[in-house]
Amino acid sequence: MTSYLTLSGVNKQYGAFTALDHVDLDVEKGEFVTFLGPSGSGKTTTLMIIAGFEDATDGAVEVAGQSLAGLAPQDRNIGIVFQNYALFPHKTAAENVYFPLQMRSVKRAEGLARAEEMLTLVGLEGFGHRYPKELSGGQQQRVALARALVFEPDLLLLDEPLGALDKNLREQMQIEIKRIQRKLGVTTIFVTHDQSEAMSMSDRIVVFDKGNIQQAGRPLDIYHRPQTRFVADFIGETNLFDATVTDAAARRAQSPVLGEVSYAAEGLPALADGQEVALVLRPEQMKLSRDPVPGRMNAAMTVETIVNFGDSALVIGRHGGTPIRVRLHGADVVILKEGDAATVSWTEDAVYVVTR
Amino acid sequence: MSTAPRSLTDRPTLWPWLLLTPLALYLAIFFLVPLAQVAWMSVSEPTPGFGNYADALTGTLFRKVMLNTFFTAALVAFCCLLVGYPLAWLMTKTTPARATAILLLITMSFWTSFLVRTYAWMVLLGRNGPVAWAIEALGYGEPPQMLFTRFASTLAMVHILAPYMIMNIYSVMTKIDPALIRSAESMGARGGSLMRHVYLPLTAPGIANGAVLVFVICLGFYVTPVLLGSPREQMAAGLIGRQIEEFLAFGPGSAMAMILLAVTLVILAVYHRRFGLDRLYG
Ligand SMILES: Nc1ncnc2c1ncn2[C@@H]1O[C@H](COP(=O)(O)OP(=O)(O)OP(=O)(O)O)[C@@H](O)[C@H]1O
Ligand SMILES: [Mg+2]
Repeated sequence: MTSYLTLSGVNKQYGAFTALDHVDLDVEKGEFVTFLGPSGSGKTTTLMIIAGFEDATDGAVEVAGQSLAGLAPQDRNIGIVFQNYALFPHKTAAENVYFPLQMRSVKRAEGLARAEEMLTLVGLEGFGHRYPKELSGGQQQRVALARALVFEPDLLLLDEPLGALDKNLREQMQIEIKRIQRKLGVTTIFVTHDQSEAMSMSDRIVVFDKGNIQQAGRPLDIYHRPQTRFVADFIGETNLFDATVTDAAARRAQSPVLGEVSYAAEGLPALADGQEVALVLRPEQMKLSRDPVPGRMNAAMTVETIVNFGDSALVIGRHGGTPIRVRLHGADVVILKEGDAATVSWTEDAVYVVTR
Repeated sequence: MSTAPRSLTDRPTLWPWLLLTPLALYLAIFFLVPLAQVAWMSVSEPTPGFGNYADALTGTLFRKVMLNTFFTAALVAFCCLLVGYPLAWLMTKTTPARATAILLLITMSFWTSFLVRTYAWMVLLGRNGPVAWAIEALGYGEPPQMLFTRFASTLAMVHILAPYMIMNIYSVMTKIDPALIRSAESMGARGGSLMRHVYLPLTAPGIANGAVLVFVICLGFYVTPVLLGSPREQMAAGLIGRQIEEFLAFGPGSAMAMILLAVTLVILAVYHRRFGLDRLYG
């Protein structure tokens, strides 16, 4: 596939501080890409460089093969939705949506008609005459989205657009944004630090940490095949066990907690015998029983805490000093109580290796 | 406007009102009592009744002076806006240190009595002052009459009142969310269109507040127009002052003062009801 938006070797220095450290990224036309990462990891900075509000210290940004270097934000044809929506308080919803068309010299009557169409698309038919302060948070969000899309931008950038909404509205808007994005086929970059949001909305997730892209991939790949310790730890609940590779060819490692372990082959970094690594085991891929299960890999643990969620339960146990988290579903839970000695078991293909 | 519903927990309490008593007493003794006296004089001297009001409102001089007062106040407010808006804008664009320095320079003029500032203008604009000298030295010939003209009084009043305008506009400008400007730019706005469609409307509450404040303060200006302005273009306060000081006409003077006060209050009320822009954008 050809890349539509390309970032190559993008660096951003603020004085001596490196906000972005050699970021490379390819986004395909029509793709929905999410930037996910902790606070201060460089997500907004990257977005602002694409939008033209910040200059990269080094590196290049291209859209459809054209370099954006030297182009003012006004000339980039990029739609942006800011976290607090940034609607003009002195303009009605329809006038807000008309604004980018007005700047493109579209006549008022035609522009307002197109604005009304766009408002209808985002589910705000008949709200055009209202001022932003007369709209709810979710409705303002929709106006901002309509305004960023009405001029048919080459790219749509959204910087934590749902951060201010409550949980129900958030989920509703996630579905809405996804629906509209699919319908218009606009290439979209969505910034969030909510991983479930990233999982449910994205074609691809880009995980940022400390100005670096840690991993970019499809949501389930990011979840099940983390490539760095940071990604394994950051995405979802994880057990990370220190281990030493004993036989790289046979994919075997020795862990103080789990003992002798085989690990899955997929997505492996190149490993050498004796290398220090971390083993990744997702809590829901482990099982608990009283006795070791034949045919699975087993390790002993003492049950410490059981947190019940109704449909599932999280069992936190310990082996020596190391906590082990296991997620159980339904009836599996009842046989155990706190303080019990138990066996945790898993299969070889559930174990992934990341370098330390 | 609707009032917020009272919750069960916020019982009315006397405390906040008690804290206000010193100020209330002060205002009562030094403002309301004298004001009441003026109101009383306006209907009792020299004879009881509303004759003073009728005379003032039908007399051509008072009407002419009132019109001139409004015109001058509007002109001063407009000039303050012309001077203040770019300066306030500059303050938001420059480094914080420079903005503070400019703000300090502006507020510094508050530290000098405005009588002193008025005299300073008399010196500057006088027949033998530096401005006249510069005009001659630069070869523009005989300097024009500057003192005792509308030009001189307007200039001095703008100088005195501009800080109110600047501070009102500046405080609104600093509160503008930068994301609004960025978002406008991302949609293609720049230069003049950015100013006209986004920046000016967003700063309109500051302009309106500053303009009304300057206008209303200027309505009551006394010393500056009397000392610097043309005697043919009197302002209301000057006329009232002359009534009382020169003609000892306490009744007619008081009536004029009450009319000026009433007009000022009406303007403020209309502004508050119709153009409560700060509430509109709030
Ligand atoms: N103008 C600036 N001057 C100096 N440092 C800056 C500036 N802007 C951003 N930074 C730094 O760059 C780093 C990346 O910031 P950025 O805003 O991109 O983070 P982010 O991933 O968007 O975080 P968040 O999730 O909190 O929004 C941060 O450490 C921040 O302090
Ligand atoms: Mg950010």
